[in-house]
Amino acid sequence: MKEYTVSPSPHMRGSVTTPRIMLHVIIATVPAMIASAVFFGWRALTLIGFCAVTAMVWERLCCLIMKRPDSTDDLSALVTGVLLAFNLPVSLPLWIAAIGTFVSIVIVKMLFGGLGQNFANPAIVGRIVLTLSFTGYMTSWTVPKGLDAVTTATPLVSGTASYTDLFLGRCGGCLGETSALALLIGGAYLVITGVITLHAPVSFIVTVYMFSAIVGEDPIYQMLSGGLMLGAIFMATDYVTTPITSKGRVVFGIGCGVITCVIRFWCNAPEGVSYSILLMNIVTPYIDMFTRKRAFGGIRRKDKEALQ
Amino acid sequence: MRLNGIRLAHRKNTEDCETVLLDRPKKVVLSMWQHIGAPAVPRVKVGDEVKVGTLVGDADTHMTVPVHSSVSGKVTAIGELLLPNGKTCATVEIEPDGKMELDPGLSPPVMTDKKSLAAGVRASGCCGMGGAGFPTHVKLDYFEEKAHIDTLIVNAAECEPYITSDYRELIENTDRVIGGMKLIRECLKIERVCIGIEENKPKAIKLFRERLRNEKGFEVMKLRSSYPQGAEKVIAYSATGRVVEEGHLTAEYGMIVLNASTVGFISDYADTGIPFVSRRVTIDGDAVGKPCNLRAPIGTPISELLEAADTDLESVRRLIAGGPMMGISIYDTSLPLLKTNNAILAFKEEEKIYEPSNCIRCGRCIAACPLGLMPRELERAYDRADRDELNRLKINLCMNCGSCSYVCPARRSLAEKNQLAKGLALSRK
Repeated sequence: MKEYTVSPSPHMRGSVTTPRIMLHVIIATVPAMIASAVFFGWRALTLIGFCAVTAMVWERLCCLIMKRPDSTDDLSALVTGVLLAFNLPVSLPLWIAAIGTFVSIVIVKMLFGGLGQNFANPAIVGRIVLTLSFTGYMTSWTVPKGLDAVTTATPLVSGTASYTDLFLGRCGGCLGETSALALLIGGAYLVITGVITLHAPVSFIVTVYMFSAIVGEDPIYQMLSGGLMLGAIFMATDYVTTPITSKGRVVFGIGCGVITCVIRFWCNAPEGVSYSILLMNIVTPYIDMFTRKRAFGGIRRKDKEALQ
Repeated sequence: MRLNGIRLAHRKNTEDCETVLLDRPKKVVLSMWQHIGAPAVPRVKVGDEVKVGTLVGDADTHMTVPVHSSVSGKVTAIGELLLPNGKTCATVEIEPDGKMELDPGLSPPVMTDKKSLAAGVRASGCCGMGGAGFPTHVKLDYFEEKAHIDTLIVNAAECEPYITSDYRELIENTDRVIGGMKLIRECLKIERVCIGIEENKPKAIKLFRERLRNEKGFEVMKLRSSYPQGAEKVIAYSATGRVVEEGHLTAEYGMIVLNASTVGFISDYADTGIPFVSRRVTIDGDAVGKPCNLRAPIGTPISELLEAADTDLESVRRLIAGGPMMGISIYDTSLPLLKTNNAILAFKEEEKIYEPSNCIRCGRCIAACPLGLMPRELERAYDRADRDELNRLKINLCMNCGSCSYVCPARRSLAEKNQLAKGLALSRK
């Protein structure tokens, strides 16, 4: 008689794991990295690399101090680091970038319990904290013009860039947000690999387009400039901080779109994507609560009472 | 609306393996509890001579299924067996004499209407052959005042990987299956009979389309290849668009769902009168030298089945009765073949123990659940022992298909938690 170890079903598991999902996201950011290197020079890659490494270091240190098992192998810190770098201007001093990754990883993520427990998108909060604390550094935009980069306003403020420049990314702005083309390639990759669904990005972008058209702004210009593409494709699809059902994701995207436009058109800030995503992150639990799926064949409590 | 489902590798390695008869087992152990319902009680004593088809166990309730001897020989012991679910049941152990003589008392039953059909099917010892083992006569014996059955659904989806026993039934015993469909249709006066086959079995779909072309009231339904397409509520919805609500049976919505092999068996029984004494079982897995389909007497030890398929028993580390998604892990090769075992899978490696990581709220479990449940929320409610929330989230609907665990990138054991949560939700505070 030989006894085997028994286990509950299912006896097989799928191949998708958390590190693999994170790796897909990193691969999806590669086109935008290349675009940033092309338009802003090698310094862009240095900054991205620096943010990625410091994010990993902060997470490792946190795990050591908090006496938790090391969680850097899930690669989520790497994703946060890269996405935060995408939200920084190319000329930012490295020590400020390190503060940014500290805020993202330690304060927003690890202190709330690590991966899956944070209520707000770490990269978004990192960007907002840096923008408020180091406004000068964070708003000195460099416009790529061949080899001589010149400091100017972002196209959202100046309103003078051509559609082609905006689409390709030949304009002032943060590292990773300028090239809509590169971001769309990354987004397509994420959709094809099944990492993200289209609900949030499409509803976000379409809402911005419609809203702009209704209030008389140039919808295509609004769609292509600022951090909209980056926010819609990489931030509004973050699993942890956005609704869990497809219906909820659509609500989330629409909310982001409306808040972005309100901030862009009527507030004192030039860009509203990061604030809109942060605000919608905060209402995500409520969206989840109101967009619960109805079970197949499930009777609601009210129906049940009516039957009895 | 289309129900959620997941894509699995089909691994139908044995789809072209013609069934091999394995009819001379060295020993037979008949479990008295192979079905859902009350266990049967042994009706023979040690030393009794039995023949193929002799009744050896039965119980006096409706919700049970009798057990018949699958070989001719002598009863050597009335034993006890630890079932994989942790319960124990009585067994009748028989030493075969190798003659496989039929019991002379067997004769084809008369089955002409609902009552005689249900009685006949009960006497045959038939229970669902797809895996769950629901007594078939209970499905056929619905309350006429409560339900008017207009659709018979023959379930040939076979959505789990590896298993091909129903597929082989469709290919090898086409007449038998069609005969069974006609018999049940006539007895119950059902207007519409449809057989649901997944699109990964084009040969079977073509065969049945050709055979049923000129038959009125019969239809072949090509189902999308997605797991769990063969779950009762899912296939019922695919066939009729009717939603079976919680706490109700499919019969109350005018449908009877029967497994294809079960239908084939009923037809065979109507012709010969030989009760449920053998079945086809797929033997597969990486420890199996020659994956195949065997027809073996019920109660044959699994070790004999594996040896017949050229398996080195020493190399086996993991055994599963049924498919890899919903099958039951078996602790020993000496366990007998049951009426519900459509496959025996043997693997060289022990099951991987996954260390679950944090939930990243990706929503894959929610997008996978065929019944629209939210496994992630169920897990959280279970962890904080919140019975009300579990009931609000309809934990009772979970059929343990395992899709949520399968897709979870954090390797959380969601399906396992759901099973535990069902118990918690039912318990009183």
